[in-house]
Amino acid sequence: MKNEVKIHEVDPSLNSRRSFLKLSGLTLVTTGLVLAGCSDNDDNNNMEDTSLPGVRNGVFDLGSGDFGVLTYAYALEQLEADFYTKVVNSTNFNTIFNDTERQVLTDLYHHEVVHRDFFKAALTGALPDPSSQLLPSLAFNYGSLNFNSRTEVLATAKALEDTGVAAYNGAGKLIKTADYLLLAGKIVSVEARHASAIRSLINPNSKDFAGDDIVNMSTGLDDAKDPSKILPIAAGFITTKFTAKYLP
Amino acid sequence: MNILKFIESFTDDSLMNSTGSRRDSFSHFGNIGKNLALASIPFGLSALTNKAFAKDITATPATPIGALQFALTLEYLENEFYAMALDSGVIPASENGGRDLKVFQQIADHESDHVKFLIAGLGGTMSPNFVPKPTFDFTVGGAFDPFHDYPTFLALAQAFEDTGVRAYKGQAANLITTPDLLTAALQIHSVEARHASEVRRLRGLKGWISNAERGAGMPAATQAVYDGEGVTMQAGFNTATAFGAAAGSEAYDEPLTTQQVVDIANIFIV
Repeated sequence: MKNEVKIHEVDPSLNSRRSFLKLSGLTLVTTGLVLAGCSDNDDNNNMEDTSLPGVRNGVFDLGSGDFGVLTYAYALEQLEADFYTKVVNSTNFNTIFNDTERQVLTDLYHHEVVHRDFFKAALTGALPDPSSQLLPSLAFNYGSLNFNSRTEVLATAKALEDTGVAAYNGAGKLIKTADYLLLAGKIVSVEARHASAIRSLINPNSKDFAGDDIVNMSTGLDDAKDPSKILPIAAGFITTKFTAKYLP
Repeated sequence: MNILKFIESFTDDSLMNSTGSRRDSFSHFGNIGKNLALASIPFGLSALTNKAFAKDITATPATPIGALQFALTLEYLENEFYAMALDSGVIPASENGGRDLKVFQQIADHESDHVKFLIAGLGGTMSPNFVPKPTFDFTVGGAFDPFHDYPTFLALAQAFEDTGVRAYKGQAANLITTPDLLTAALQIHSVEARHASEVRRLRGLKGWISNAERGAGMPAATQAVYDGEGVTMQAGFNTATAFGAAAGSEAYDEPLTTQQVVDIANIFIV
């Protein structure tokens, strides 16, 4: 099975009606988030519409096309937001990081939570039936990662930010609606700013902020990866099962 | 206190007396078209330049080729700026453990790669789509001294990188029909963002843009590079709700239109 994230547990809060109703109360303006790809469905009842996220064969699948990509981004932003929330709440946050590092990590926590909540709200506003099509809140497990270790936290942050950049860069071409592409573009450059800053914290007197390990030395191009290359990386931390059978 | 001198150069007195001759300035104020454009031009320096003789670039068409041509012109600008800075010795070699020099050597390498990559993408120098390198004047007629004054160099580097990020973002829609070109442009775009973050941090700023603030030490005249960055509504979602407007605006970079970027680039083109 393609792009399947490993199961450890299934988040029981999935599809909580309460949280959906709370979001509906936001009265989202959905200009520019006009839904795409579901207007002709009634004429094609015999064809499975793979563009919409939702449970298929008992497992949530991200779908394809614009909704699939946005849901994929939502999954990654959930991971980043969860990670930094744990970082800033770790017991030794104020002692193992200096002022500059705490400022950077707190900013990243803010930005990623905003990104996550943005995707949740935007998808809730745009999906035809968000109660069944919105990706649930995922559960995470960081294994042996020590949130009180400066080295481990920064190394994980670097991996997550570089992965985020490569994910958005790789997914841009899958987006068909210019407004969605611009929204992804507004976010990916901030992820790249994050990656640069974290790399600079780890190794300040160096070229690592845009190092030869991540920016191609002959073309000057950053990394770009398809979802099928990104999800196995993210799966190391995501314990809620979902699939991405219709994304490359 | 070079940065103060730099800011001072924008005052009316020195505008008339120090940089460029009074006669030149008056003759340009007589140029109604250019004068009207003043309001929209960052750095507010068009009156100081020899714009009457300038070979300005113009906005490229909203097509994939136009987007690549536009990107190439910006990369020419950045590439030449960093190459000249490295040649000039303005970047301190030993401060911060050699950090600054390593950073700008790496950035210069990338900009050089981007120029080559985009020329190849346009079909090479013999292709009808090729656009030649304009002639740049990074002193803007003597108003700036980036190759002798390091703070001025850093301020311009920040302005170019932050502009670059916004410029590529503004071209994304023009590449939506050509997935491979779009991917390559995105791959350059994120490298420019990595550069911008590091240059800002070298200057003691955050790596991201809070509200529409140009950041401490940036001349007021660079404000147009940052105007519009303070947006906190994204597709109907208020990004300021959770942690305030600064954090919400930092979480998103905003695009610049082709014309906005052309106006910025033309200040440095003679």
